[in-house]
This record gives sequence, C-alpha cells and structure tokens, in this order.
Amino acid sequence: MTSLLSPAEADRLLKAAIAGELPDDRGRFGPFGGRYVPETLVPAFERLEEGIREHLHTDEFQSEFVNELKTWVGRPTALTFAPRLSERWGAEVWLKREDLAHTGAHKINNAIGQAILAKKLGAKRVIAETGAGQHGVASAAACARVGLPCTVYMGAVDIERQAPNVDRMRRLGAAVVAVESGDKTLRAAIDEALREWVSDPSGIYYLLGSAVGAHPYPYLVRELHSCIGRESREQMMAQAGGLPDAVFACVGGGSNAIGLFYPMLADDCEIIGVEAGGTGKGLGQNAATLATGTPGVLQGAYTMILQNSDGQVQETHSISAGLDYSGVGPEHAMLQATGRVRYVSAGDEAALEALEELCELEGILTALETSHAFVAARAWAKENPGKRILIGNSGRGDKDMPTLTKYPAKVRTHAST
Amino acid sequence: MQAHERVSEAVRTANDEGRAGLVPFITAGYPDAKKFIETLKEVASVGDVVELGIPFSDPMADGMTIQRSSFEALKQGVSLAWIFDRLDEAKSDIDTPLVMMSYLNPLLAFGYDELAERALATGVCAFIVPDLPFEESEEIRKALEAKGLGLIQLVTPATPPERLKKLCDASRGFVYAVTITGITGGDKGLPDDLADYLDSVSEVSELPVCAGFGIRAASDVAAVGEHAAGAIVGSALVEVLERGEDAAGYLKSLQGS
Ligand SMILES: Cc1ncc(COP(=O)(O)O)c(C=O)c1O
Repeated sequence: MTSLLSPAEADRLLKAAIAGELPDDRGRFGPFGGRYVPETLVPAFERLEEGIREHLHTDEFQSEFVNELKTWVGRPTALTFAPRLSERWGAEVWLKREDLAHTGAHKINNAIGQAILAKKLGAKRVIAETGAGQHGVASAAACARVGLPCTVYMGAVDIERQAPNVDRMRRLGAAVVAVESGDKTLRAAIDEALREWVSDPSGIYYLLGSAVGAHPYPYLVRELHSCIGRESREQMMAQAGGLPDAVFACVGGGSNAIGLFYPMLADDCEIIGVEAGGTGKGLGQNAATLATGTPGVLQGAYTMILQNSDGQVQETHSISAGLDYSGVGPEHAMLQATGRVRYVSAGDEAALEALEELCELEGILTALETSHAFVAARAWAKENPGKRILIGNSGRGDKDMPTLTKYPAKVRTHAST
Repeated sequence: MQAHERVSEAVRTANDEGRAGLVPFITAGYPDAKKFIETLKEVASVGDVVELGIPFSDPMADGMTIQRSSFEALKQGVSLAWIFDRLDEAKSDIDTPLVMMSYLNPLLAFGYDELAERALATGVCAFIVPDLPFEESEEIRKALEAKGLGLIQLVTPATPPERLKKLCDASRGFVYAVTITGITGGDKGLPDDLADYLDSVSEVSELPVCAGFGIRAASDVAAVGEHAAGAIVGSALVEVLERGEDAAGYLKSLQGS
C-alpha cells in the first residue's frame, strides 16, 4: 500500500513519526486516524483528550504509573535469550517476555495506565471490550486495583474459546457481558461497548484495549505500552551487546507491536508486524488487514480494514481471538504506507506449530496470538542466517487451552506415554 | 430551490397545516428487499420526509431493532448501488423528499462525487451520517453542497451550548435533535427535561428541528410537536413492518388521526 503516499510524503511522515510529532492536532498519522464517532460521544472524547494533556506527562501521573508498573505489574519484564531456538533457526533469538507481566500479557500496561487516568478524570465506572480475554482480565485487575467497577464486553464466540479468562475476569470482580450481535467476536464487542458508552458518556470511562479507534486512543495506548520497546532497547544493549537486526511482533489491533516498535523506529533494524493469515487468502478466511485490506472508516478511525466493495466490513477468521479483527491501529497503517514497517501474515497451522516448537525448545507456552510472530521470525531467520532477532512475546498461552486441547501436540508424543 | 431546501419546506408545510412534521425511518430493503419500493411508497404516503437507512455491518449508534434490520437487509443483498437503482426505477412515483441515513464507510466506498450525483437524480435531498462529527465532515459536505444536497447535523443532550450553535448553523434540511443520551430503539420513554432541551435547540436553529430516538406513540409525537418542528420515528416503525402490520395506519395513528 506504499502507493497511498508519494515518496516525499512518506519520507516526511516517517521523520515526523520519529520526531514524536504524530498524531497531529487532528489525531492524524498522515492520512490515517482521526475521530469518527457519534455526536453524543464528541464531548467525552474532548474531555479524554483534555485529560490526557493535563495528566499523562506530569510527574505526578508518571510516578504513580511507573510505580504500579514496577511493583504491581512486575516491570521491567525479562529479556530472555533462547539458545535452543537460536540453534535450530541458525540465528540469535531474544524474547521480550510480556508473558511474565501480571495477568499474563502486555495488556496490563495499558489497562493500569488508563485505570489511573479514569480515576483522575472522575469516572464512575469502567467498560472494556475483549477478544482473547487478556485485556478483559487486565482491565478487571486494574479496576480492582484503583477501586472502580468494571464491565467487560466479549463476543459469544470468544467466550467459548477463551473460557479460562472469562472465569478470571469474574473472579476479579468484573461483570462479563456476552455479545451476541454482529460477528460475535472482538469487532462486535467494541460496537457493543461503544453503544453502552453512548448511554452515559460522562459517567463511563471506556478502557479501550488496543491501539485502535478514534483519537486519542491510538496515541494513549501507544504511550502506555512504549515501555516495552524502551526496556527492550536497554536490555538488548546490556545483555546482547547491541540492538537486534530484526524485530517481530504480532498485530491484532496493534498495541503490543506499537509498544515495541515505536521506540525503535529510528534504529537500524528491520521491523516486521505479523497478522493472522487464518486458513487462506480469501476474504473472510483471515485477519490480515494490512496485507490484504483497503482504507476505510471503522470504529472511529480511518485505517486499513477488511471490507467488500460496498464498504461493508467483513468477518475475519483466526485461530487466535486476539488477532481476529477486521481493522488495525491507524499508526500501523501509516508505518506500512511509509515503508518503515513491513507487515506479513502467518496462518493457523503454522502458528500452532510455532507454539509447539517454543514449548519444546524453551519451555515457554506462548499465546496463540504471539505464536504468529514466531512463524515470521523463523522464516526470516532462514533467509538471513546468523542475525540477531528480537521477538515480542506478548502473552502466555494458558488461556488457549480450550483451543489447544483440540490440537494434540505432535512433537512431544512422549507426554502421553 | 436546492434539494436540501425541499426537506426544510416539507417540514414547514406540515407546521403551517398545524401539525408536527412526521419523518418515518425505514431500513432500505427490510423486512423484504423485494418489497422495498412498495414499503417506501406506503410510508411516503403519510410521512412529510422519509429517512432511508442504508444497512451497515457495524451500526454502533443503533439498538437491537435497527441492528437486526441492517444485518437482515445486508443478507438480502441490499447495497447503496442497489438502493439507487431501485429509486431510479421508482422516482417518478415518489415526491416526498428523501434523506439517507448512513454510516460513513459505505458512502466513502461509493465515492462522494458519484454519491451526490446519484442522490440528486433519485430524489435524495440530504444525508445523516451518525459516525461523522462536524470536524471530519468537510470533504463530504463539499461534494454534497456542490449539488445542492445537505448534510444534516445531529445534536444531543450532551452537546455543549457553543457547539450546539455551530452544529445548527452547519446543518442543512433540518437539525436532528437526538432526544436521549443513548442509542436508537430506546423504550424507556422520553426524558423529563425534553421540552427544555428541544426549546434550547429550536431557539438556536434557523432550520426546523426534528426530534428522534425513542419516539413510539401518538403521545410522544404530540409532546415533541410542542417544542420541535418534527418527529422522527425509527425503531418503532421498523418493528411494525417486521410484524407485517399496517405501516401507513400506524403512522396515521401517530398523527392522532
Ligand atoms: C497475548 C496477546 N498478544 C497480542 C494480542 C493482540 O492485540 P494487540 O495487537 O493489540 O497487541 C492479544 C490480544 O488479545 C493478546 O492477548
């Protein structure tokens, strides 16, 4: 989609991105982003934007946030060298261990940051959507931590395939609402959360879980997750003796990826985002929005989306609930258009195999979302032998047991003997 | 007269006749795509302006009824191009001004210039775009206004006073005053402070103000009519249609006749 921008425009945009000038005043990352929301929510978005300006970068907010990250979330998360995987791939592989963060995925960085903000803005209650359930669990935990009631909207399809997380959310005090409308997955859950927000825009804080939606969410979520990339850079310098040659992260809405990528945009490394290739290339068979989508407006932002020629948003398929989404954060659409980040996809089967390989070689049960990043990293390592690779290990796979039990392990057959 | 002025005039004519303008909403092609034009003519025979809903996959400002109608119409193959084709065939029989209600993405995919052209040719006078705030509307507004078509702005009880003025000034056709803080299809009744709210909008607006969301009964239309120029009836009418009942009869009953 590089053709969306002239080379000069792409160059100018990338420089602006690296200089920290994006999004602009209108919430735009070049042509992407913006704020397409119902009139009822406009004042709420303006209040949120104002609240971010007033709080996010103050010493007071930052010291509270950083303290929570350190003492409650468990940051910095480890950077792990993967010796056996490195040997098999013929590369030097490092993993940024977001799976070790409290509640088991990167999602908690954003959730606790926004929960603190919600409190400061005087919200009476918090709502959130969730796909894989990781953001729902993180929101439930963060809301308990700051003392706010929390309701999580979750598609009925996802409730079934991520059942362990549903129980965790409820145990942490959140109400979980099953969404039966639309595609019954993440997109429908976001629609339903927005409908609820419209009913009480001044009392509700909407704790959005990825770098998607209307301005200022993509910006806010990026800021709260960029600790991932900042820590990774420092840890790579200290432990690996230098920055990676290539960086990989999976992309659903794009929050773990933007957190990892954003602080590394100016570095001399390849950056690759990995979307869900599902079962094939046809419309409806995957969630490879950047690879196969077209620009349009979905859920508040102008970005790349999976749609038909009438502008109807299409259903997606992925084995991983967290990547099963027809849109993507507008900043990723911009990074693709500038050519700075390349976006590829990995299919269901390959993701399952990668998950198994990581279990076998490194003793890490990673999330199905995260497994997609490993597929692309392995392929890249084959073509670029001997290079140093960093993979954002965005979450742990415990939540995926209902899906994984349907696919018996192929390698470790001894487990059953 | 520009197309959007036909909308204002239709509402004012009703007011001159001593009644509130009635703006029925239907989802195009629902419940039965084959009967789209028949249904449209039936509601147009009573309504002063008809609001045509363009089905969309993600109706985020709509409640269950309009969601259901939208998904079902899509299943039956309804699209913007299909709707324009049907209107083309029938336009000589329909003189009631039409306004289209559509989320932005189907309009964007269709292309704004072609949209304006086909709308003008088929009697569609104005557009209501529920996920397009004023700040993002310049491009489509220009394309529509070049053909004399209007972009109808929505205002809500949450809209602050300075913004209210800006939106009323920018609107064409009428000003759409959302009665409640919420989505379409509410059945909790109209809010107690509705009169004050509608008065405040009517005071600021030079265009007729039509109130919508949650209007179901003749008493609602009467209550709204005392403080606004018109009443928009959406989910309740869609439910009448989906039960296969007499839509024209229902609309007449709302006018107290
Ligand atoms: C472990 C994990 N990784 C990645 C994702 C995808 O989200 P994002 O692209 O916002 O990082 C999810 C979403 O649920 C997740 O649970």
